[in-house]
Amino acid sequence: MLIQQLINGLTLGAIYSLIALGYTLVYGILTMINFAHSEVLMLGSFMALGLAVALPSIFGGGPIGLVGMFVLSMAGAGIINVVIERFAYRPLRHISRLAPLISAIGVSIILQNGVFIWVSTQSLRFPEPVAIDQVNVMGATISTLQIIILAAALLLMAILHFFVEHTKLGKAMRACSDDIQTAGLMGINPDYIIALTFFVGGALGGAAGVLYGMNYGSIKYNLGFLPGAKAFTAAVLGGIGNIRGAVLGGFILGFLEVLASGYIPNGAQWRDVIAFSVLIIVLLVRPSGILGEKLAEKV
Amino acid sequence: MNKLLHHKWTPWVLLALAAAFPFVAGAIEANYLVRVGGVIGLFMLLGLGLNFTLGYAGLFDLGFIAFYAVGAYTTAIAMKAGAPGALALVLAVLVTLAVRALLGLTILRLRGDYLAVVTMGFGEIARLTINNLDSLTNGPKGMQLAPWRPLGFLSADPNVQYYLMILAAVAVSCVASRRLEDSRVGRAWIAIREDEIAARLSGIPVREYKLLAFTLSAAFAGLAGGLFAQWEQFVTPESFVFWESILVVSIVVLGGMGSIPGVLVGALVLVGFPPLMQWKLSADWINYRYLFFGLILVLVTLFRPQGILPSSRREAELTS
Repeated sequence: MLIQQLINGLTLGAIYSLIALGYTLVYGILTMINFAHSEVLMLGSFMALGLAVALPSIFGGGPIGLVGMFVLSMAGAGIINVVIERFAYRPLRHISRLAPLISAIGVSIILQNGVFIWVSTQSLRFPEPVAIDQVNVMGATISTLQIIILAAALLLMAILHFFVEHTKLGKAMRACSDDIQTAGLMGINPDYIIALTFFVGGALGGAAGVLYGMNYGSIKYNLGFLPGAKAFTAAVLGGIGNIRGAVLGGFILGFLEVLASGYIPNGAQWRDVIAFSVLIIVLLVRPSGILGEKLAEKV
Repeated sequence: MNKLLHHKWTPWVLLALAAAFPFVAGAIEANYLVRVGGVIGLFMLLGLGLNFTLGYAGLFDLGFIAFYAVGAYTTAIAMKAGAPGALALVLAVLVTLAVRALLGLTILRLRGDYLAVVTMGFGEIARLTINNLDSLTNGPKGMQLAPWRPLGFLSADPNVQYYLMILAAVAVSCVASRRLEDSRVGRAWIAIREDEIAARLSGIPVREYKLLAFTLSAAFAGLAGGLFAQWEQFVTPESFVFWESILVVSIVVLGGMGSIPGVLVGALVLVGFPPLMQWKLSADWINYRYLFFGLILVLVTLFRPQGILPSSRREAELTS
């Protein structure tokens, strides 16, 4: 029972972590909450659904079709995020801190209602990516779906880690996140790096959207909101702006939710209350999140 | 135009026009607009309340609607227990203030976006608790309220009665906001918003003043919540979702942070727009109203990032 719950928590946590990474990457550079991120996630899952219908005829079903659907949805979500940044956030970058937030809320409403009006007002069935088997491990049943979700999420996190830590572009991203002005003086083009960050964050959000669709089997125009809000919470829990923190926060939140629904009477009703309460308590003890650095006050 | 806007009689003329509106609307059979006006007024109250926290003290709050909910549910529970309507409203304000002060005491040492997330978390906790505490709040089924119609001598229509009560509350709140804004306290808040360390070094007790702004905000939300519950005679947790908190933040920022006329115009535009579209457009267009709402948010922010009617102080700061 416990192992079963832990595995469910791991799957949910992996999805939250991927979404949280998108929030934290953008926040690290612009100190802005990208409210439209949850809609990028939603669009990722809708693109995947569209491709799932179209792709089998191109690539044939099976693993190649699956990977193709994944990569194309990620690229699409990344591009959408870049376009949003270019038109809705960049003009406001130097004006005030709250203006981009309101603009982001506006974009989020536009995207959600766009899908509502032009795609579907109802839940759509998300096809099973492969035939689903159950595997027994130490008394717990794991579906192949869960294995795919976990493997995909961990692979993406590993790629992100490599990209940020071991490539030149990743170094530029870290530099901008440390101090964007100085990075500009060192010959890094901040506009380019910001766009890149939005692309990477959006692509991870899109991937999370695809996994979300697989996990729940149906998607709807407003699916992004709840996981988006929770993943943002997870990013803050881990220490916003910190990549490892976002992953850690995502998994903690996933475990908390699953364990609360499994072990507390009426837990399913109260699981979000418990998750948010833990968030508040952690932040009261560690005001900048679990892995967040204590920022010096600007004088 | 600008001179007219700042004339000392302008607010009173607008108030008189707003008070006459439901009677005119009754004559031209536009009663729907009176209802819309009442809802706009409730959001003006919420905006004026959040303006203390966000506009004056610069504290970012994403869970403000929770206090609207506390006000509404306090009223509902008090009236169920037999309290008269006016007493229920007073109780709503007091309970909301107390809850807000307790929350402020615990979380106000957090800064910036961390505060935003914690208030968002509190907003969700409050809504889910109301949803799950069936014994007290009747859970998702909601609570019925006995009717309370104190302005029967003015109009038989409860919508008109509540429109007028809400209008009076908005007017009083505006005067109170203005007096506080121009006082020593208001200047201290703005100093904290602009530069907390400089404010502290100038001898302002930052913690106490932040707590004061944060707590006072809730009085407006509690009052608005109470009026909402009595007007609708029905409350459910559905009315207090996160989206409503976002709407109030948008009203304050889009209107102009720290600007009373700005908040009023923000509420008028953002809350009035979707139902106006619904009223005037054919069914084909009704679905598009939130799409246009989103477009308004983006476009107004892009072209007037300081807000529609910014306070003179903030405008100077942003354009210099």
